[in-house]
Amino acid sequence: MSSVESIPGPKIRKKVGTDALIQRGFIVVIALYLIITLAFPLYAMLSKAFEVYNYDLSQFSVQASDEEGNFTTGPVTLLDLNAELGLLGDSDMAAKGDGRLSLTQFFPDFSFRSPVMYRVAGTDEKSVFLVGSERHVGTESVEVDSNTFRKVVVRPVKSRGMSNFTRYFSTPALFRSIGNSVFIATVSTIITVTLAFWFAYALSRSCMKYKGFFRLVAMAPILVPSLLPGIALVYLFGNQGILKGLLMGQSIYGPIGIVIGSVFFTFPHAMLIIGTALSISDARLYEAAVSLRASRWRTFWTVTIPGARYGLISAAFVVFNLVITDFGLPKVIGGQFNVLAVDIYKQVIGQQNFEMGAVVSVVLLLPALLAFAIDRQVQKKQVAGLTARSVVFEPKPDRKADTGWLFYCSLVAVFILGIIGICQMAALIKFWPYDMSLSLNNYAFDRMDGGGWAAYKNSIKLGLLTAFVGTVVVFLGAYMVEKTSDFTKGRSGFQMLAMMPMAIPGMVLGLAYIFFFNNPANPLNFIYGTMAILVVSTVTHFYTVSHLTAVTALKQMDTEFESVASSLKQPFYKLFARVTVPVCMPAILNISIYLFVNAMTTVSAVVFLYSTDTALASIAVLNMDDAGDIAPAAAMGMMIFYTNAAARLLHAVGSRAILKRSEAWRQR
Amino acid sequence: MTTFLKIRDLWKSFGQFVALRDISLDVIEGEFLCFLGPSGCGKTTLLRAIAGLDIQTAGTIHQAGKDVSNLPPAERDFGIVFQSYALFPNLTISENISFGLENAGKNKAEVKKRVDELLQLIGLPEQRDKYPAQLSGGQQQRIALARAIATSPGLLLLDEPLSALDAKVRVHLRHEMTELQRKLKVTTVMVTHDQEEALSMADRIVVMNHGVIEQVGTPTEIYTDPVSLFVADFIGEMNQVPAEVTKEGEVRVGNRTLLCRTGDFAPGSKVIAALRPEDVIPHDKDVRLPGTPDVIETLQNTFDVVIKEMEFLGSFWRTSVSDEEAEGLDLTADFSINAVRRLSLAVGEKITVELPADRLKAFSETSGAEQ
Ligand SMILES: Nc1ncnc2c1ncn2[C@@H]1O[C@H](COP(=O)(O)OP(=O)(O)OP(=O)(O)O)[C@@H](O)[C@H]1O
Ligand SMILES: [Mg+2]
Repeated sequence: MSSVESIPGPKIRKKVGTDALIQRGFIVVIALYLIITLAFPLYAMLSKAFEVYNYDLSQFSVQASDEEGNFTTGPVTLLDLNAELGLLGDSDMAAKGDGRLSLTQFFPDFSFRSPVMYRVAGTDEKSVFLVGSERHVGTESVEVDSNTFRKVVVRPVKSRGMSNFTRYFSTPALFRSIGNSVFIATVSTIITVTLAFWFAYALSRSCMKYKGFFRLVAMAPILVPSLLPGIALVYLFGNQGILKGLLMGQSIYGPIGIVIGSVFFTFPHAMLIIGTALSISDARLYEAAVSLRASRWRTFWTVTIPGARYGLISAAFVVFNLVITDFGLPKVIGGQFNVLAVDIYKQVIGQQNFEMGAVVSVVLLLPALLAFAIDRQVQKKQVAGLTARSVVFEPKPDRKADTGWLFYCSLVAVFILGIIGICQMAALIKFWPYDMSLSLNNYAFDRMDGGGWAAYKNSIKLGLLTAFVGTVVVFLGAYMVEKTSDFTKGRSGFQMLAMMPMAIPGMVLGLAYIFFFNNPANPLNFIYGTMAILVVSTVTHFYTVSHLTAVTALKQMDTEFESVASSLKQPFYKLFARVTVPVCMPAILNISIYLFVNAMTTVSAVVFLYSTDTALASIAVLNMDDAGDIAPAAAMGMMIFYTNAAARLLHAVGSRAILKRSEAWRQR
Repeated sequence: MTTFLKIRDLWKSFGQFVALRDISLDVIEGEFLCFLGPSGCGKTTLLRAIAGLDIQTAGTIHQAGKDVSNLPPAERDFGIVFQSYALFPNLTISENISFGLENAGKNKAEVKKRVDELLQLIGLPEQRDKYPAQLSGGQQQRIALARAIATSPGLLLLDEPLSALDAKVRVHLRHEMTELQRKLKVTTVMVTHDQEEALSMADRIVVMNHGVIEQVGTPTEIYTDPVSLFVADFIGEMNQVPAEVTKEGEVRVGNRTLLCRTGDFAPGSKVIAALRPEDVIPHDKDVRLPGTPDVIETLQNTFDVVIKEMEFLGSFWRTSVSDEEAEGLDLTADFSINAVRRLSLAVGEKITVELPADRLKAFSETSGAEQ
């Protein structure tokens, strides 16, 4: 039946109705949004990494007069002059993008007071040199006196090539970071996944008490920036730390600190994923194992682990990705231990070497992309496993085991609450460890650098704007992908774009934004340095998870709603407003709280993009810590924590109210 | 009898796969038409093409004289009920039904009146303020139907509207739906893969297979006079015996010669002779009086068989019989309870059966229409 057949008669071309037209418009607008905020900046960054600047001495010729100002000798190219003098080697030809080469060095007996005149000319139409700030292009020669000749400089020529990469890989201080990053990410992944697995196991497979409390505590790290555990660790194990002795001479500044902090901030992510995997495993398998008199150990290895394996793999990749792309924590506690994300920052902010920053970004993209690709693959498999109807597992009480689990979970809870508690103490104590009395001095942010209370207000503004704009864009985009029928190619392209942000580390995105939006030739240049670019970058940074949440909710709706509406001659937007949005309200609220919380805590993308007017609370934590104001940094970190906790509470109350109101029609 | 829907030379392909192949069909105004066929034969695809939800690759559709071939669904005139009903979960029953009535030039009072009328029509007037999830499957189905006919469309499309229901409700609703359709006189096209449903509800049936129409006809035509083995087999049961045409009106099965409707088959053609189980007539032992063999001779296609197996299926006995003289003549026969009792049929017994010559029909060996 599937043989290639030519279908006789003219092909029918569908008439595009009003609905379809509006929908296409929406798809185009939202796809454009993602292209402008993601594809173009990334492209700009990639091309930056391959941009090489070199001085091309053959492009210029100079003619020098005698003392009387008569030109007796012919023009000589700089290349020949240099060869004659043996002045500059090949390595001196490499330049940064904004490099300048002065010409006086090619005339050893140059003096700016001499009456000698110089004629400078290009050798081809594209040669460019500067006299002061005046640009000269082409082969026309310019005659200058020796005083002016000092101001004649040539600019490097841009070309494409791999030499930035060769330089990167021949600089041990730089490429050593790759090993460092992979190392800490691997160690953190192993520890986090192990801890989170047993924690999730206790929650789903035991009759331990206080499960609700533990669940809540496990989620707390999501509410704070990743640099907060760094600050707590400094207080605990730093030079004046109370527990410094426990490290037995090792320094907390370095891999130890990064790993402990990473375990803290990645724990909730791993716990959620593994918890989901464990909760969907089938009780019937356990009954079978019991009836076969399999030992508990055996049941664990033959039933539990295989059932949760996709969850474990997925959690491992997510944690790996989070750690390797994180910037805040290693910045605070990394010490001399260089990692990729911090290298980008140092290259760009410290050395203004944008090309090298781009190169490190490309290097950081690779492991992140790989982890992302494997994770996607695994998730697909897990969805397939989910379709089978299974019976929910009900654990049976077991005094001894339950006590053990309670002990274990309490330890984890102490770790998490301890970190947050230390920060709270640090924030409230006047001058640790000399004056341990309590005060609110550290909350007087306006007395420190870093942005003050204005930064906190900006963060709230960013959070609200991101939540609002992001939810609208993401949900509309997901709706167009999921629920429109034609324009297939456009939709699958959009779907691919929407998955990309997950793979792009925040630092890379931020740097890409500099290259793209800070370019004066870009008509969107005006948003650079404003709140708008912060909102846009944050929405894009957290696009994928939000998009997937929306798609999942939309997929659960009947695929024929749109068909019914069009058969009833009702526009799709009426259906969207009256049915789609109300039915998806829980998911919509989840997306907005997710965006809000992340906007409050994110550092990596925005660290390149904020301006003095738009300093953020999370950035303030970073900067105050950098300046040595650790206690105020902890205080600001706690402000973020209170705000996010309050937002979550509000979200929970709101969601419950909505669910209650819609109880009548949601039961099924 | 005016043609309401005229489909001509319709093709639909999904990439390389041709799902509908050269479909031409007339739907008569006011009739109840069923698309019947096995899963994947293209029924839904054809229905969606008629609705404009998935436009055909080539071919034309005229509805009420107007060319609608390339129009989007919103510009066509139809109501549709899906297998899932697709009721809007957060809207009440009356809001669901009135969804298509709003902004259609009606004021509130008119809309309310129409909704009441429809709720009355489907017999669920007290349910107006409930939500779909609070109703039974059968009630939901009726709401979906009410919503589809609310705007009084000229064409009603139903895609397996009953298949999500349990057997008892299904039978009950079959009846209700046909009643409603007769009352409204709306041209209706229903997709089903349940032959019983099609036979009991439809004015005419379109039997489809692999993207082509095999046969169009009334339920009795389709049942009693299938044009192909596929149709014969898909609707009801059919005995199929390999045979060879000896001359016009006669075939040979093994070493037995039988009278048969051979149609256009030339002598010497290999064919399949087919007969429905209930068409096998068991004969009274009295027919075969000792010493008077000519009595049997006068009856055509009549011979002795042995009963191999009997299975009681409630209203009749399904019986396997075997002709021990002619190789390969094993038949399934449905005998009424009455006949079994009267003739005291039992496994191992020998009986005389007749294969009525006008019921025995030759089909080509490959599936497809009669030559
Ligand atoms: N969107 C599509 N893309 C590719 N193939 C499709 C698509 N829709 C249908 N098909 C194929 O076209 C054929 C006909 O499908 P259709 O849904 O019309 O079958 P059907 O007769 O309604 O079957 P069922 O009784 O299972 O509903 C099937 O083989 C199906 O796989
Ligand atoms: Mg179908």
